Amino acid sequence: MDRRAADVAARSSGGRTGLVLEAAELSLVYEREGQPVRAVEEVDFKLEAGERLVLLGPSGCGKSSILKAVAGFLQPASGHILIRGQPVTGPGPDRIVVFQEFDQLLPWKTARQNVAFPLLVAKRIGRQEAYRYADDALRKVGLSHVLDAFPHTLSGGMKQRVAIARALVTQAEILLMDEPFAALDALTRNRLQTDLLALAEELKFTLVFVTHSVEEAVLIGTRIQVLGGRPGRTVATISVDAPQLKDRTTFEFQDIVRHIHGYLQSEGTEKAA
Amino acid sequence: MSEQVRSLERVRDVQPRIVREAKRNGWLRSATSSVFVRRLLVLVCLAAIWQFSAALAHNPILFPSFTETVSALAEAVWSENLLQYAFASVLVLLKGYLLGIGLALILVSFATLNNFLREALLTLTAMFNPLPAIALLPLAMLWFGLGEKSLIFVLLHSVTWPFSLATLTGFQSVPETQRLVGRNYGLRGVRYIALILVPSALPSIISGLKIGWAFAWRTLIAAELVFGVSSSSGGLGWFIFRNRNELFTDKVFAGLITVIAIGLVVEFGIFRALESSTVHRWGQQR
Ligand SMILES: Nc1ncnc2c1ncn2[C@@H]1O[C@H](COP(=O)(O)OP(=O)(O)OP(=O)(O)O)[C@@H](O)[C@H]1O
Ligand SMILES: [Mg+2]
Repeated sequence: MDRRAADVAARSSGGRTGLVLEAAELSLVYEREGQPVRAVEEVDFKLEAGERLVLLGPSGCGKSSILKAVAGFLQPASGHILIRGQPVTGPGPDRIVVFQEFDQLLPWKTARQNVAFPLLVAKRIGRQEAYRYADDALRKVGLSHVLDAFPHTLSGGMKQRVAIARALVTQAEILLMDEPFAALDALTRNRLQTDLLALAEELKFTLVFVTHSVEEAVLIGTRIQVLGGRPGRTVATISVDAPQLKDRTTFEFQDIVRHIHGYLQSEGTEKAA
Repeated sequence: MSEQVRSLERVRDVQPRIVREAKRNGWLRSATSSVFVRRLLVLVCLAAIWQFSAALAHNPILFPSFTETVSALAEAVWSENLLQYAFASVLVLLKGYLLGIGLALILVSFATLNNFLREALLTLTAMFNPLPAIALLPLAMLWFGLGEKSLIFVLLHSVTWPFSLATLTGFQSVPETQRLVGRNYGLRGVRYIALILVPSALPSIISGLKIGWAFAWRTLIAAELVFGVSSSSGGLGWFIFRNRNELFTDKVFAGLITVIAIGLVVEFGIFRALESSTVHRWGQQR
């Protein structure tokens, strides 16, 4: 991150600088019918405030598992995860997750109530104020016109945007997104990617973002960590912070996409061999 | 060529008939499109069938007609305090019902804490749910004597187990994502249950409330039939029992009609309203 961006981050988020999230030699193991299933092996990463790490890799390489571990839903089998130097012991509102599933909105709450929910749960502010923040956040994701709609009356893309608004409104230092746009059509997906990037520039949250899509990874991230294999390991780490990489039409964008596809391909042939 | 023309003509012939039929059915369809009208129609049909078969049977002592029952009902309401009997029943019912629901909520809350307690509750419901609560009445009479306490004891049994089972099942089918969302925001314990599990499981909980209500009603009327000979507290079951002894069959029917009427009012006035303002509105259930 360049110095100016860091300055802005410091100003806009009350001195949020420095190392935010650290995973060291992280291994994750599930149990299936009494047998251990190794999902992730010895993955490392470090995130400074305002960085956006994209976990990229084929299906089953453990991307969601890493996200779950950072969120505190899954205990590491070995290695550790530190948030501002403190080990993660369980889920908490300092790391808000946007899930891949469309049913992550609470169906008994309207869009506004869904977004205000984490604020009301935290009990720091009253209902009126929470609704005001919620309306703001929904405007940011372009949903001012459906404040009072229940989730089942919204389209899939709208639901995901409400979920993103709900994550933004918490002003959590860390946002964790698990393929939030995967089930959307290309058009909606492109628009939400651009919106998310703009919001990240504005709000300077630290982001871990999981995706299958190389284009999405380049567009969203400041850094991409390519994972592969079973159990999943780090294949490559690529910085994609340059501004010309945030535009699909540039030569640099196309070039780096091809480059990263190369990593994924070699990963595939290795497995086949 | 001529074949084609003829078949076209046939098509033209058919179409107006369809239109005409639709028109003829129009008034019927629009009248029956109102839910209220449809239900009323069902009730009217039932009353007509009843009246007709009673006329055929022609034995008012064993099978009074609809009109005889209605006049007996009016008489019972005016001169025999039927409404008071009904009120006494509903009051006891409500006490037992609410206590049963409250107890079940406490049990289920504990059951969500850990696997052992959940197993314990599941075992208890498996034991007591198939047991007709009324079978506990003799024991209740032994322990609590004749009176409200015994009634409430059996009512508690008739409500707690089916409602616990429905609620527990509802909690278990709360989508994983919604659970994770709740925990992500730092919800635990009672707040997690109240803010995530209960609303998410509301379709099951409401159906548990309905089942509990129906079981409680049955149990209460049955218990009052037993108590009728010896208790002074009255109630609808007692009204039915007493009138049967005196062979006032029309009043027995009036008592039964009252039981049914209260059931209908609760179903359509309370439970359906509850559903349409919650689970239907939220798209959790159609
Ligand atoms: N609850 C679970 N129990 C047992 N094994 C699991 C469980 N969840 C995931 N796994 C295993 O862990 C590995 C990694 O799963 P994970 O969901 O993290 O992959 P992913 O990279 O997110 O895949 P996708 O891109 O398809 O979402 C897989 O081999 C999977 O079978
Ligand atoms: Mg996944």
